[in-house]
Amino acid sequence: MQDKRKERIDRGVKVRSDTIYAISSMKEIMYLIGPRMGLVLFLLALPLVLPIYWQKVVSITAVYALLAVSFGFLSSYVGLVNLGGALFVGVGGYISGLLNSAYGLPLYISIPAATLLGALFCTLVLLPCLPLRGIYFAIVSFVYPLAAVRIISATGAFGGTDGIAGLDMIGSGYGSQYFIIVTLLLVTFGVSRLVSAEDIGLIFRGVKDNEQAIKASGLNLTMYKAVAVFIGALIGSFAGAWLAHLYGWVGMSLMATDFSILPLAATVVGGTSTIYGPLVGTLLLVPISEALRDFGTLRIVFYSVAMVFFVVFWTEGLLIYIKRKYEQFERWVRV
Amino acid sequence: MNNKIILRVENVSKSFGGIKAVSGVSFELNRGEIMGVIGPNGSGKTTLNNLITGFIKKDGGKVWFNGTDITNWPEHKIADAGLTRTFQVMRPYPTLPVYKNLIPPLYSARARRSVGGKQGDRKARAIDLLEEVGFERDAQVPYKLAGSLPLGYLKRLELCRCLALRPELIVCDEIFSGLSASEIASMLPLMEKLRDHGITLIMVEHRLRELFRIANKVIVLNFGEKIAEDEPKHIFSNEKVHQAYFGGEVTYVSEDNGLFASDQ
Repeated sequence: MQDKRKERIDRGVKVRSDTIYAISSMKEIMYLIGPRMGLVLFLLALPLVLPIYWQKVVSITAVYALLAVSFGFLSSYVGLVNLGGALFVGVGGYISGLLNSAYGLPLYISIPAATLLGALFCTLVLLPCLPLRGIYFAIVSFVYPLAAVRIISATGAFGGTDGIAGLDMIGSGYGSQYFIIVTLLLVTFGVSRLVSAEDIGLIFRGVKDNEQAIKASGLNLTMYKAVAVFIGALIGSFAGAWLAHLYGWVGMSLMATDFSILPLAATVVGGTSTIYGPLVGTLLLVPISEALRDFGTLRIVFYSVAMVFFVVFWTEGLLIYIKRKYEQFERWVRV
Repeated sequence: MNNKIILRVENVSKSFGGIKAVSGVSFELNRGEIMGVIGPNGSGKTTLNNLITGFIKKDGGKVWFNGTDITNWPEHKIADAGLTRTFQVMRPYPTLPVYKNLIPPLYSARARRSVGGKQGDRKARAIDLLEEVGFERDAQVPYKLAGSLPLGYLKRLELCRCLALRPELIVCDEIFSGLSASEIASMLPLMEKLRDHGITLIMVEHRLRELFRIANKVIVLNFGEKIAEDEPKHIFSNEKVHQAYFGGEVTYVSEDNGLFASDQ
């Protein structure tokens, strides 16, 4: 064994920088866009081939996936590990629910309005924590939804523990399914383009890499962090508003810790430092957790075991592993 | 206010707990000059640097830049006014390619006033800037990840980040430290070129021989206090500077430039 070693060779097209490729044939174009096309076609085909029950699961998975994309954007590209996903969902859901039930606005107005107002509200309440970063931001942002739940149950505001029922429901037809899937795809591609090709995305990545250098560049650090949180909260609030009308009900369970933790788990499984990692992780975890519903609370055990497996044995995550296999081939060479 | 004076520092102080890092330092700096800040380790050079550029809060004192009181301005506003800095520990964005490291400063309001607001302009300007400080335009280096750059290039990139803002005054924190003699020799003309373009420089340095070749004046700090301010060639004839640097009388002064004397 000593005289052999594993050699890894790039099989990709020649890359000069992370967004500049030298493409010379159709084959190379397919090599680049093939995986992305595969993802799009896979998601678009799902409602057509699945039975009714699983179509509903796809819609909910898409909602979780939006949250995961929001988490991936904030943690991998801005350096704000946001465990307050439940706050985004809850605020988006409650605002949409109130607009719909108290003011009688139809859902095609209440959802966009809740998306905007919710993002604005979340950005404002998170503003005091923006000097923090990384794990410190995670701790503080985790507390927000927990505190919000206690405040609602203690004061009985917005229906208290009963929540607000009787909201307009989103139909379960192909229209609504494709709407959420296409939204998910647009958001995913939009965010990944933002951080790889747009100048403001580069500033976000600069904020993650080096806050001092951003300040020395004459840029207002807090403002750019706030803009990033606003973008993340837009996605999360939309997911919340959509979920509220999918269930026809808003309540404290919209601020459940699941919404904060699942994106993190999906990132561990899918792979860090990409937008697609959390997305792929969610597409795996949520259906699996749904399939294990018969086992009741025992599925938490399965979840934990899977998590430990990935953390200990497969740190790079699924997507990074697949990406490496796709871009490089290995062979044993004699030394 | 005299228009020749670009920076006036008056009585600035800073304590960390019981330690007076900088106490009562004052100086004036003329436009287009290179000023050296020297002193033994722990004498408060970097703290002074941080105080001027707003990276830490002052306990007392005032700073005027171009006749404007910038004492309590936040760091990004000071940078936007044209007073920018390099860091002693280099601060690139390691996960971005080298030329993209310059996009954030080029995106700032100050740079946009001179470069323009289009993305394409900024990329072209980034490559131009890198060439100005000695990166080869068509080589692979500007497209590599900044995290993989050797030290010499990182220092230039650090300087480049300042230049992207079209600054009037750059505070360089030990920009020569860790570089070999030949690398420093290639940096010196660059610093002189900046001065000839009308950029004022404050250089915090330990490499005295190289610094004194280009500096117009030098201030010496010891235990947070300014103990001398003079032209480089006279600075070591000051009694207090001897004490700070050599801890005693100097009995032998080498003839070539009067530096690095030792008490043999």
